[in-house]
Amino acid sequence: MTLSPDDVALFALGPWTVTATLAYSWVVMALLVVASALVTRSLTTAGGDLGRGQNVLEALVAFLLDQIREITNQDPEPYLPFVGTLFLFIVTSNVLSVVPGFEPPTGSLATAAALALCVFVAVPAFGIRKLGLRAYLGNYLRPTPFLLPFTIIGELSRTLALAVRLFGNIMSGSVIAVILLSVAPLLFPVVMQAFGLLIGVIQAYIFAVLAIVYIASGTEAQERTARARKEEAGS
Amino acid sequence: MSDFGLIGMASIIVAGLTIGIGSIGPALGQGRALAQALQAIAQQPDEANTITRTLFVGLAMVESTAIYCFVVTLILIFANPFWAAVQS
Repeated sequence: MTLSPDDVALFALGPWTVTATLAYSWVVMALLVVASALVTRSLTTAGGDLGRGQNVLEALVAFLLDQIREITNQDPEPYLPFVGTLFLFIVTSNVLSVVPGFEPPTGSLATAAALALCVFVAVPAFGIRKLGLRAYLGNYLRPTPFLLPFTIIGELSRTLALAVRLFGNIMSGSVIAVILLSVAPLLFPVVMQAFGLLIGVIQAYIFAVLAIVYIASGTEAQERTARARKEEAGS
Repeated sequence: MSDFGLIGMASIIVAGLTIGIGSIGPALGQGRALAQALQAIAQQPDEANTITRTLFVGLAMVESTAIYCFVVTLILIFANPFWAAVQS
């Protein structure tokens, strides 16, 4: 029994070994890019006849925009590319895990940690872009500088939790499937696979929502402090 | 008993204890959160969308403690550093 797709070496590319994680990440990426390219090649604004692909993509983008707007109370456009990419990548790789032979790349701690690190970098990036470097760094010293170590520990631990949560849920799904196959191979694993699909979609949603929440908490707090400073200067 | 058997025995017992005790808290907490959310939805069906989203995010937060326990259990059983040191 293999615990992680990192341990499965598929083939060698020169001096490097291509693991299942890497190869299946490429598969998911290629699938997303090719599907999107095929659909967006024939976009139309003519009423009535949209076509299946365009309908799906429009519903997806509208759903993501709605969610981001409700959580951040800001214009969702700047956050859509980042959060949407995270959601689509995770949901595709989780859902594809029902395909026989496919190991979900999100079930590897390396992939989950990489995605969580993207969020870790994106929070200050969006914050600095929104309000500038000074206001963002000043945010760490509020309410008192004594809390600075705890703020930093909090940022690190939530990144760790983000990675381990995704990894733990997806990996436990595939481990349970393997164990059940050896205990009760008839029908019962199918039920757990269906349950795994639900878990996979929910985890992708949670990952994306938490990413938005972290980004929003950064930018909103800065907005408030900047507004307060402006009012102080004005009065 | 050899070091090998001792480490194996301790790992398995502690792994069971870790996941068993560690799941109690999150399970109770998640049950409470879910009950409250259902009550809230029953009282305000119009707000079901917001409540459900907040519920999922909250459950994910609560769940992370259980997942830490799960990861520790897996490390103890499948990637035990002491076992690897004895084996080599």
